[in-house]
Amino acid sequence: MSDVPTLELRDLNTVFDTRAGVLRAVDGVTLSVGRGEVLGLVGESGSGKSVTGFSIIGLIDPPGRIASGRIRFQGRELVGLAEPELRRLRGRHIAMIFQDPMMTLNPVLRIDTQMMETIQAHERVSGAEARSRSRDALGQVGIPSPDERLSAYPHQFSGGMRQRVAIAIALLHNPALIVADEPTTALDVTIQAQILAVVQKLASERGTSLLWITHDLSVVAGLADRVAVMYAGRIVESGAVDAVLDNPMHHYTRGLIGSVPSRNRRGHKLLQIPGMTPSPLDRPAGCAFRTRCAAADAACETEPALTRPEPGRELRCFHPAHGAVAA
Amino acid sequence: MSGAPIVEPHRMSGAPIIELRKVSKRFGRPHGALSRWLGQKPAPVVQAVSGVDLSIRTGEVVGLVGESGCGKSTLGRLVAGIMPPSAGEVLWHGRPRAGLSAGEERAAKLGVQMIFQDPQSSLNPRMRVSEIVGEAPRVHGLIGAEGEEAYVDAQLRRAGLDPSLKRRYPHQFSGGQRQRIGIARALAVQPAMLVCDESVAALDVSIQAQIINLFLDLRTDLNLTCLFISHDLGVVEHVSDRVAIMYLGRIVEEALAETVFSRPNHPYTQALLAEVPRLETRKSRFGAIQGELPSPLNPPPGCHFHPRCPHAFARCSREVPVLREVAPGQRSACHLNDIAG
Repeated sequence: MSDVPTLELRDLNTVFDTRAGVLRAVDGVTLSVGRGEVLGLVGESGSGKSVTGFSIIGLIDPPGRIASGRIRFQGRELVGLAEPELRRLRGRHIAMIFQDPMMTLNPVLRIDTQMMETIQAHERVSGAEARSRSRDALGQVGIPSPDERLSAYPHQFSGGMRQRVAIAIALLHNPALIVADEPTTALDVTIQAQILAVVQKLASERGTSLLWITHDLSVVAGLADRVAVMYAGRIVESGAVDAVLDNPMHHYTRGLIGSVPSRNRRGHKLLQIPGMTPSPLDRPAGCAFRTRCAAADAACETEPALTRPEPGRELRCFHPAHGAVAA
Repeated sequence: MSGAPIVEPHRMSGAPIIELRKVSKRFGRPHGALSRWLGQKPAPVVQAVSGVDLSIRTGEVVGLVGESGCGKSTLGRLVAGIMPPSAGEVLWHGRPRAGLSAGEERAAKLGVQMIFQDPQSSLNPRMRVSEIVGEAPRVHGLIGAEGEEAYVDAQLRRAGLDPSLKRRYPHQFSGGQRQRIGIARALAVQPAMLVCDESVAALDVSIQAQIINLFLDLRTDLNLTCLFISHDLGVVEHVSDRVAIMYLGRIVEEALAETVFSRPNHPYTQALLAEVPRLETRKSRFGAIQGELPSPLNPPPGCHFHPRCPHAFARCSREVPVLREVAPGQRSACHLNDIAG
């Protein structure tokens, strides 16, 4: 890995101006993804993980805005970059895969049209070459008979195949960074495994950096190098996958791991986190998790600072726990 | 976490509450005389469920696992009596459901209630929670008008909801709370059995754990029988006594939960289990099983799984394997068992 990380977020704040007030969806997020590294960004609905992804690729529209902070891609600042500059990066150097492939695909255009358009938007190549590169890309993601499938429409593909097409489009320009937002959540397990295999292989062969946004810790366990856990707009804990999953220090991470059914004794009650995620308009002051946390006390009413309890680990908690979560 | 296990695998000695015998469900218009005379092509027919035998005993939780399009939701609706089978018989307490008198049929229908995946679309957005929960027991004469308020409060409390919120509408609740409303509504008619169709699939992990715990509590308190439909093997393993694996309309394996998860017999079950991401498997190499679920409009001949099966041989594409006992309490539909035996 070179010294300059592929992606670096510093104290990113993305807010939405609503009638009910300013909604702080992403609240001071700092993270980095090195070259060829896979970072799993884990959180539940409303934690701000998707908005973080959208901020990176510049898809935050009013009433949303990036209020402050930095987004550096290969050392270059993206916040405040003019739209034409951003367009040159987007799709070519940074690609995004969405949960719903129909957010990427145009339902009324054939697959070849959409893929060739993506190539020719960034490179001056002939139609024939664009077509042959599109065909190769479909083959790489495991679509059978890519030649014929090129002239099909999105609705003629199954959900898993559509997601492969979306991934093929993301890979067309061999981007340095792929932001993937829950790309396998809607898929069946066997199809999910196929997609993960494709992504894993291509990322390791090409040194692509991946920011993998998901609610599923088990997928992160199998795919990522590092993991960052997000709660109520903040990253509460991050570190190497083994370190965080085997020795989670934040009580939210411990609750998440504890509530995975396969970790519990069959038929026994699951470990559960009481309550629910607070509304982003009405977050408790200090540590946002304190209202659901068994270890919380008066100290937690002030914002916990970022600490580095171990090399490569970051944590926001006054009362870190130690050891594996009991099964 | 503590206390006695809630699932007791050997409570399944009771009589079957519901029994499916060679049950099939087809969707599509029949190719009638008129359309033949008009020279029309027969409309495509989807065989959603074909020849399923399954019995569920009183007090048992049966997990039904399969990927999208395998017919597991259709099978759940057949069990719940929401739709009639195209062929085969459904027995309710040992008697064919089709032969019940009108009164008995109504009792049988009330006896099985469904909890759906998406509480957003299964709760009427224009009804208050008190109406959603109280309507069915009132209509069916389980309670009188004067007792309704107290009854609804009790149902809500049992599902873990604050009765003071009962004047609210479904959209004023979070996803987990809405699922609790769905549970309260289903239990309000005092069913003997629940069909849970992906009831926790749409929930966040921490909320999912809360609902599963509620479900485990209710199951013990009310001695409920349950068909638990899910694509999530971890959840099914956790709550079920017995598990049936479905592939393209057929049950390919059925056994006690611990047997399925420790000694899966059918190659499809093995593939499914191998590909479930687990917290314990780090930096794994993904990808074993190839291909996708074939279209139920045009299923492959013989064993439906043979085009994707790593062990398939000539017989698999010709002959449909029969679901038969391969070990005590374990049934599997695979020709490989004939070779091994």
